[in-house]
Amino acid sequence: MAEHTAAKKPQMPSAFDLLNIESLLSEEERMVRDTVRRFVKERVNPVIGEHFEAGTFPRELIPEMAELGLLGMHLEGYGCAGLSAVSYGLACQELEAGDSGIRSFVSVQGSLAMFPIWAFGSEEQKQKWLPRMAKGEVIGCFGLTEPDHGSDPSGMLTNARRDGDSYVLNGSKMWITNGGVADLAVVWAKAEDGIRGFLVEKGTPGFSTSDIKHKLSLRASVTSELYFDDCRIPAENMLPNVKGMRGPLSCLNEARFGIAWGATGAHRACYEAALEYAQTRIQFGKPIGGFQLVQQKLAIMATEFVKAELLALQLGRLKDAGNIHPVQVSVAKRNNVREALKTAREARSILGANGITLEYPVSRHMNNLESVYTYEGTDDIHTLIIGQAITGISAFS
Amino acid sequence: MNIVVCVKQVPEPTGTNRIDPKSLRILREGVDSVLDPADEFSIEAALQIQEANPGTNVVVVSMGPDRALEAIRRGLAMGANKGVLVSDANLAGSDALTTAKVLAAAIKRENPDLVLCATESSDAYTGMVPGGIAHHLGLPLLSYAKKLTLAGGKVQIERQTEAGFQRVEAQLPAVVTVTGSINTPRYPALKGIMQAKKKPVDQLTAADLGFSPEQVGEKGAKEKVLGWAPAEQRKAGTVIKDDGTAATQIADFLAQLKVI
Repeated sequence: MAEHTAAKKPQMPSAFDLLNIESLLSEEERMVRDTVRRFVKERVNPVIGEHFEAGTFPRELIPEMAELGLLGMHLEGYGCAGLSAVSYGLACQELEAGDSGIRSFVSVQGSLAMFPIWAFGSEEQKQKWLPRMAKGEVIGCFGLTEPDHGSDPSGMLTNARRDGDSYVLNGSKMWITNGGVADLAVVWAKAEDGIRGFLVEKGTPGFSTSDIKHKLSLRASVTSELYFDDCRIPAENMLPNVKGMRGPLSCLNEARFGIAWGATGAHRACYEAALEYAQTRIQFGKPIGGFQLVQQKLAIMATEFVKAELLALQLGRLKDAGNIHPVQVSVAKRNNVREALKTAREARSILGANGITLEYPVSRHMNNLESVYTYEGTDDIHTLIIGQAITGISAFS
Repeated sequence: MNIVVCVKQVPEPTGTNRIDPKSLRILREGVDSVLDPADEFSIEAALQIQEANPGTNVVVVSMGPDRALEAIRRGLAMGANKGVLVSDANLAGSDALTTAKVLAAAIKRENPDLVLCATESSDAYTGMVPGGIAHHLGLPLLSYAKKLTLAGGKVQIERQTEAGFQRVEAQLPAVVTVTGSINTPRYPALKGIMQAKKKPVDQLTAADLGFSPEQVGEKGAKEKVLGWAPAEQRKAGTVIKDDGTAATQIADFLAQLKVI
């Protein structure tokens, strides 16, 4: 055994950790991150380009993600891992360094489908669904957005009419991640007493889905439309403990937290590809990373990446302290997705023609981030949420 | 049944080890340290035995600085039940023989039926520690296992050789070193990571194990590292420019090497 203490002198920081954020993480947080990073490197990265091209979700990874404990990882009990918010965020970062579609799958399963059952469901609902969802035996989706109601979900048209021991659902939901593969849909609909959440099982008469084709983004993810045509479900399938927009919005707040972290993963993957390319691509007799214009791009990417990580980390610390406000999630979601997208575009320019191929992850991330930019609250809406918070004046209602 | 797995925290093996020119020890400050990837195979082997024999107790044992606790926790996160860390400033500079002696003393406390080690560590590569442990415990050593089975109070292994394998067995308790072809180590599940911090870890000093400061560390070392040198760089390859005969030239080259 050899242990040596070197004299303290400032060390050159890593290109991927310019501000030594590593030192701000606990041992447990680092172990979660390293484990998910390795899973992504060994299991996701080798197959994700093919799936993106084919427009298919890598379903074969679901049992492995479940075994790792990624599904509902931030929830306590019912077979879930019970991770801290920061650990959950770090896992999202690593998943999205693989592909936004993988992170979206995990976000939807954990934050949008399992979370409302965990937070607002009856004990019977929790026992019935959560352990199987954690094991990946039941896949969930979340139906809020409608063809004509995106940023304005409270105007939804989908309705639930009470009829004896049942509710009868009518309406449709659009842009639903996992919709076509889901065994269970958490659907938000207008009931007599306000907006309510309902659990609709696949195969229920009157419930059908169709997958959205010809997407140029999130191609390794299933996006669907859900239709409810006199869809009758037992009254006990309603989530009893929440009423009004607080239900779906609190789910979105959970998921947006994961997105603010996830975007830093795509950010890092693009920066990493650009940096490596710039150091090895020789033009005019030297690596292109030696030219000022390229160096400037890389320096901005590196700086924005580390800023985004710090923002995400502080958001996570606030959440772990139980003291997080939705506007803070908006600040991070807006900034981190926006900056990741900028980095993806700059990285693409550094890679030149190579940047448009699936051999490199850059264009794939860039196209994915275009979706992430407007889903779960568009960039514009998050901007207005911040604007409202700082001025006290709402610009959208 | 009690299984002890020896583990070590090593500098990230994908990097190049930096050596302190004065002490000739590997520099561990400011370097990412990980559970030796070679140890994951022995932990996995132990966990597979545990799964097949419920009630089996798997203990990960390490000697190292305090932060080697992280390597132990990784073993616990994978599914081991308990950790033992022997950590003591007096142990710094221990040679392989002392390391084996100290580890053997720590392992003995666990009353093991089976001790699993990697064939060698991924930083110092002496490969002497497992043999030393077996010696100090007075146990048989089955080395280079690419397969391991337990039956009737015996352990049987297939020992990897260049030409094939030997089948060897020994009465338990025994020490076995495992190779990287024995299994595919699992990822520690996130739930396992959360549980790891609640699992017991005994922290021991050299004195706890009955060693005086003179018997261990630099003072107790019987061997001395004289120097380190980088491996000789490979010579540059031959570049064949295709003037129409490149394929023939490559074929001739491969034929000369007797690979085709």
